Amino acid sequence: MSAEQVPRRQVVTGVPRGTRRPPGHAPARSEISEQTTLGTTYVRSLMRSQLRAALYALGTLALLVGSLPLLFALPAALGGSPGSPEPFVWAALGVVVYPVMWLIARWYVRRAERNERDFSRLVEGR
Amino acid sequence: MNQTYAVTAVTVVVLATVLVGALGLRISRTTSDFYVASRTVKPALNAAAISGEYLSAASFLGIAGLVLLQGPEMLWYPVGYTAGHLVLLVLVAAPLRRSGAYTLSDFAEARLESAQVRRLASLFVVGIGWLYLLPQLQGAGLTLQILTGAPDWLGSVVVAVVVTGAVAAGGMRSITFVQAFQYWLKLTALLVPALFLVVAWAGDDAPRARFDAPAVFHKHTAVRVDDTVRVDFEEPLTLTVSGTVDGDRHKERPVALAEGTHRIEAGTTLGFPEGAEVPRRTAGGTDPFSWSQPLSGGRDGYRLYATYGLILATFLGTMGLPHVAVRFYTSPNGRAARRTTLVVLGLIGAFYLLPPVYGALGRIYAPELALTGTADAAVLVLPERIVGGLAGELLGALLAGGAFAAFLSTASGLTMSVAGVLTQDVLPSRGVRHFRLATLLAMAAPLALSVVATNMPVADAVGLAFAVSASSFCPLLILGIWWRGLTPPGATAGLVVGGGAALTAVMATRAGLAPEGWAHTLMAWPAVWSVPLGFGTMIGVSLATPRRIPVGAAATLARLHLPEGLVGRPQREGAPR
Repeated sequence: MSAEQVPRRQVVTGVPRGTRRPPGHAPARSEISEQTTLGTTYVRSLMRSQLRAALYALGTLALLVGSLPLLFALPAALGGSPGSPEPFVWAALGVVVYPVMWLIARWYVRRAERNERDFSRLVEGR
Repeated sequence: MNQTYAVTAVTVVVLATVLVGALGLRISRTTSDFYVASRTVKPALNAAAISGEYLSAASFLGIAGLVLLQGPEMLWYPVGYTAGHLVLLVLVAAPLRRSGAYTLSDFAEARLESAQVRRLASLFVVGIGWLYLLPQLQGAGLTLQILTGAPDWLGSVVVAVVVTGAVAAGGMRSITFVQAFQYWLKLTALLVPALFLVVAWAGDDAPRARFDAPAVFHKHTAVRVDDTVRVDFEEPLTLTVSGTVDGDRHKERPVALAEGTHRIEAGTTLGFPEGAEVPRRTAGGTDPFSWSQPLSGGRDGYRLYATYGLILATFLGTMGLPHVAVRFYTSPNGRAARRTTLVVLGLIGAFYLLPPVYGALGRIYAPELALTGTADAAVLVLPERIVGGLAGELLGALLAGGAFAAFLSTASGLTMSVAGVLTQDVLPSRGVRHFRLATLLAMAAPLALSVVATNMPVADAVGLAFAVSASSFCPLLILGIWWRGLTPPGATAGLVVGGGAALTAVMATRAGLAPEGWAHTLMAWPAVWSVPLGFGTMIGVSLATPRRIPVGAAATLARLHLPEGLVGRPQREGAPR
């Protein structure tokens, strides 16, 4: 895709790009669109950082929510009094889990958007 | 319950749905509007629409009924339905939007460049969609029957006609408005009566619900049993019987029943004294009016396993539900898709604070629903029971309207997505007219099934849909988005083995083929082993066929993960297929 060619007709799918950016050809951009080894490395680095954010979020979910059934089963398993942890179950499953999950989600969204912003800066050389 | 108010409320909801749909129709002008609302739906509106569509009758009525019967452990259902969106958000949301896929079949084809995988995925989309539609239609029929005594097919037909009309006429643009409206309607319909109920409960000296012991009757209660049941009495009890118990006819007189199992004929009325324990229905009879299976098993090990089976199915199954995936395509870009999902988490989380209130109050004030097998009606009967009078009837009517909104919104989302797949993969050419034909087809099949097989045990079809989706589409989406090495043969094998195993196991349990004990529990809650099986097969077969990795895999992955507008996006510039 050399510079002399008549530009292909583009379908506009997103918001207008930053105005300061020179049209078309920051070096990293063509590396990526032409899938050179360097371009692939750029993409992989973004994927890795996004996957890491996702795994942190999932790990937190598993730790805080996924472990609850074990926690509920613990008193009975230890042979303690069958006086069930009922109020705790109500509070945990009925109310507390929802804000916890929402906070995990908000953390992830911020982190993912920051990853993308950092990546754009890297690629566009700003 | 006064029929007039309930019928009025249901009619108003149906009319409002048609009106809001017609409003969307007036501004739904282009083909793009029709299919994807021109991909310009803002997060707030789109999130309300997604939540409105997602909160089905299982959420509106089913959770309260389950809590009434089984106690707070049943709250794993709403927690799982919500956490499913969190998993969807972190692993799938933005890449799925960026893939430009309209349906899950589109995603499969775009990622794997294989028409064969596309056809298989379409089969699963239609199958899961129909599995999920069936209980919506049957639930509508049963709700209308309980409210008004209408024949049970009527509700199904009403929902089917309204949904087909709204979807075929206005497409995605108008459905977006309808579903957003229905989210707020459902929240209001559950919130306002809940406030009245809690105030009335506090004024009644706030009796406490007990879940670690059998429920007791709060006051003298007459219970009419509409179907022949066998019930267990834990202690001897004297009650007033008119009807037939254990083959003896009685007419309005006290009968002493020993502890143990008794057979009560249909149409018998039992008068329980205050403080009597509510007898339990013996297991074995299928309960048609219930959307989800209890975490049965009794012993702690089984129970723990079943809980994790439920957690895996709901956490991972949400992303593969056909009506959830379609909605992401209506976001303008990947970033908006993420923000939309965050709002969705807030909206459904807020909604799910309410059903447990109804479940706990139902345990105190309407424990006999466990005996008559209509626990899912708890939400509908509570206002009359606790508040009473005109206010109680009006609140009950509001709840009836909300329940119908739940049937309508979920059914329209499912119809939209099944019809989308049918248009693209079954009918000869694309176009709005064919989409309308596909809408008819998408609704006709489950409607016919629900009318013909009224007493078929499709009770936990929703749970089944989640388990199948978690074992088939979840591996396809996660591996497709995060792993370059996925191949078409691997995807095919994983879909068939994972999804097929989950489907077979649950169907076999339903048919009574599973032996008692651990085998039964394993097969009734397949997600714990079928999800790893699906992932394992997909990875194993893909590793064995490395030469079949699609040529454009690297470019596709770049497109899925790079922010829009950043790079001259490699290949397939912006165009949705």
